[in-house]
Amino acid sequence: MAADPKYLRPDTLSLHAGQRPDPVFGARAVPIYQTTSFVFEDTEHAASLFNLERAGHLYSRISNPTVAVLEERISALEGGVGAVCTASGQAALHLAVATLMDAGSHIVSSASIYGGSHNLFAHTLPRFGIETSFVDARDPDAYAAAIRPNTRLLFGEVVGNPGLEVMDMPRVAEVAHKNGLPLMIDNTFTTPYLFRPFEHGADLIMHSATKFLGGHGIAIGGVIVDGGNFDWEASGKFPTLTEPYDGYHGLDFAEEFGPAAFIMRARAEGLRDFGACLSPGNAFYILQGVETLSMRIKRHGENARHIVAFLDGHEAVSWVSYPELPSHPDHKLAATLLPDGCGSIFTFGIKGGREAGRKFIEAVELFSHLANVGDAKSLVIHPASTTHQQMDAAALEEAGVGEDMVRLSIGLEDVADLTDDLTRALKASQRA
Amino acid sequence: MELTVDGNSVFCATGGKEFDAALPTTVFVHGASFDRTVWKLQARYFAWHGSNVLALDLPGHGNSAGAPLGSIEAMADWLTRVLDAAGVEQAALVGHSMGGQVALDCAGRHGARVRALALLGGALTIPVNSALLDPAKADDHLAFDLLNVWGYGRRAQLGVHRMPGLWMMKGGLRIMERAAKGVLHTDLLATNAYDGSAAAAAVDCPALVVMGEKDLMTPAKAGRALVAAIPGATSVIFAGLGHIMLEEDPDATLDALRDFLIPLQA
Repeated sequence: MAADPKYLRPDTLSLHAGQRPDPVFGARAVPIYQTTSFVFEDTEHAASLFNLERAGHLYSRISNPTVAVLEERISALEGGVGAVCTASGQAALHLAVATLMDAGSHIVSSASIYGGSHNLFAHTLPRFGIETSFVDARDPDAYAAAIRPNTRLLFGEVVGNPGLEVMDMPRVAEVAHKNGLPLMIDNTFTTPYLFRPFEHGADLIMHSATKFLGGHGIAIGGVIVDGGNFDWEASGKFPTLTEPYDGYHGLDFAEEFGPAAFIMRARAEGLRDFGACLSPGNAFYILQGVETLSMRIKRHGENARHIVAFLDGHEAVSWVSYPELPSHPDHKLAATLLPDGCGSIFTFGIKGGREAGRKFIEAVELFSHLANVGDAKSLVIHPASTTHQQMDAAALEEAGVGEDMVRLSIGLEDVADLTDDLTRALKASQRA
Repeated sequence: MELTVDGNSVFCATGGKEFDAALPTTVFVHGASFDRTVWKLQARYFAWHGSNVLALDLPGHGNSAGAPLGSIEAMADWLTRVLDAAGVEQAALVGHSMGGQVALDCAGRHGARVRALALLGGALTIPVNSALLDPAKADDHLAFDLLNVWGYGRRAQLGVHRMPGLWMMKGGLRIMERAAKGVLHTDLLATNAYDGSAAAAAVDCPALVVMGEKDLMTPAKAGRALVAAIPGATSVIFAGLGHIMLEEDPDATLDALRDFLIPLQA
């Protein structure tokens, strides 16, 4: 019988990865190292830390022990070589882009992404000379067709936002690698409990840790994880990682750090110079959520399935989009890629369009109307007028956002109470 | 820095400094199916503290061309040709695991080329059992997983990397996964076949053996036997660390190497 390597399993890593009890006082919980800076042992120690000859913490903009626990823990759960936490998910996306490319570069992105990510790609990055082509998440060939000589990144969400399109991620990864390019996945909606992108060919992962990783809706944060599986030297398209960097005495990150080249540069340059670091307090809050990730995601999914079944066929509902439903166009692909479930965020169409949607949202009592997902509490929003309101009609259509679309993020409440709340609100929505 | 040896390119990381013929040289030799990047911090330190650094990719590993060499002795002979190519008459050798066997053999048989010897996770013999050899022969990923878990040890599975944010259980694995098919098996066969007793007895330079108390691959007991076999060798043992101490506690490893090698650079 073959030997068993006996890796620690995800539920154990959720609680332990990146931390051992505090060696001085024995604290079992992760301490909050609420300090801006760290004392050097002597001048040589200081110089060695600054020159990446020794490991350790200098200044909490670049690294912090509490934040480092969260970074290791997410990296462990996703299966990466390392991670960098950031002030928000948007900061994580920006940090990844800034680490990989310069003005004159190009990104190919799924059109079905978070509205904030769309804004960054469509409106803000062009000011810095980086353009993005948006393609159908369901069409790997569209990704291939959009690649240009100056393309440096392919990007997407495996379950699109808000349309729930399921991306054929393994095929898109093939397209990326055939062209010497990395694929980055925003895994916020699915979390490593439901989907582990590195196992399907992704090279980089980002999260808005604000959502399910935290789960409590009390702390904004983000993280990028480096799979360590992309060969930057072989690609030849990433001089930030494969050529000497004057900002660090000519350091060549791929030469010296190999599989960790990307994440080392993201920290050494990106956090140092752009400074969008996560605070130790917020890292602590998010860690409390990560400890119960698997149990929460399981319950989120169970509740979501109940609510989907309730809405599907309801007289006030014209459609329900949830990849676990056989009616969803990506049901088969979802069953293959996401066998443990498709999460707890889904959309439905309310009969009566925008006005009925307004009445519905104003009638719910347990569901909270706000611009977030992945909270322990159930949430509702009308994307066309909020998260995706900067998109014009064409972009809305491309992203699959209709005026009748309502997005629900199902929480951990008793599902019977959620159903009662929806029953009342749907009834109110249909009143003249 | 690229050298040419036996018609093949040899890649050496230099720790971010240009090679300077006027300085002493320290050569770092990695273990089975690894590459130069395992030495990232230690190599940078020595490069910025008075030494040339050649953190090598062995043939067929990392960025070095050619097929992996089939025996420790062949690798040790090759190492002398690397020194020739770099114009280095004598160097300090630092080797980990299989790389330690290469450094030991080089010091034992080519003593004039070696001014100091540091062996991490070393032993006179490193038996490799069929549980590892069989999947390695089949290029089964299980071989990487077993090496990863046995190499880093149980405690390392919790992480707590000294480099903020790095997850060491994947870092080493990704290096191994970059190796071409058959490389690990070739390395393991070479390691399994080597007996360093004669080379150890012939070492006539200062030598240090660095051991991990929890090392499952080269147990501390085997490390102590290596210390006893090398005339005048000194040793350091790290409590709680496993076979890949250079990553598990890079600072402690660096301190041991610094305290041993820097005085010898004068």
